[in-house]
Amino acid sequence: MNHANPRPTDWVTINKRNTARLAYWTSAWVMTMALAAFGPRFIWDFATLPTIMALIVNLGIGFGMIMSNSRYLQGLDEMHRKIFLDASAFTLGVGLVCGLSYELLDSTKLISFQPEISHLVVLMCLTFLVGLVFGHRKYQ
Amino acid sequence: MKNRLKVLRAERDWTQADLANELDVSRQTINAIEKGKFDPSLPLAFNIARLFGLSIEDIFQDDVTPE
Repeated sequence: MNHANPRPTDWVTINKRNTARLAYWTSAWVMTMALAAFGPRFIWDFATLPTIMALIVNLGIGFGMIMSNSRYLQGLDEMHRKIFLDASAFTLGVGLVCGLSYELLDSTKLISFQPEISHLVVLMCLTFLVGLVFGHRKYQ
Repeated sequence: MKNRLKVLRAERDWTQADLANELDVSRQTINAIEKGKFDPSLPLAFNIARLFGLSIEDIFQDDVTPE
């Protein structure tokens, strides 16, 4: 076994490259999302064409991010893929159940404010992070 | 599922990182397999067996004893 010269395509190298790609696509998606959200109000005064273009670019980069996430998942080894998929399943369940209950709170007039999709996104992000932490602790 | 991975690795004076590098998995995965917390897939079990020149049954043993 050659200890000094690990193979150039080893698991660590591939994972680092996929993580960097995913970070790049996610950053680009967040930036184009900010542009599509704030551009109409602060930059081009609600002109239709730039708003549509910003939305299309955001959508395109969003699909790029999805593909990058898929490639990242495929590059993980089997234990990390299981942790990732378990956390994803947990997030999907929490998002579905809590999202619909949140909507019911509004439709049944139990809350006075309008439900925001951003609240659900924050909940899903936190749930995913908790799922990842629990998954890693489970196999430590 | 029990296994002899730690013993076999120690006999060859390999670190977990060495074994992980040979099998294209993370060091954490090797650690979890050695501790019996994670059961490897059949392809990974075959790779481990091939690397040590043994059969899968020589490395991994089922927890359930036959009646």
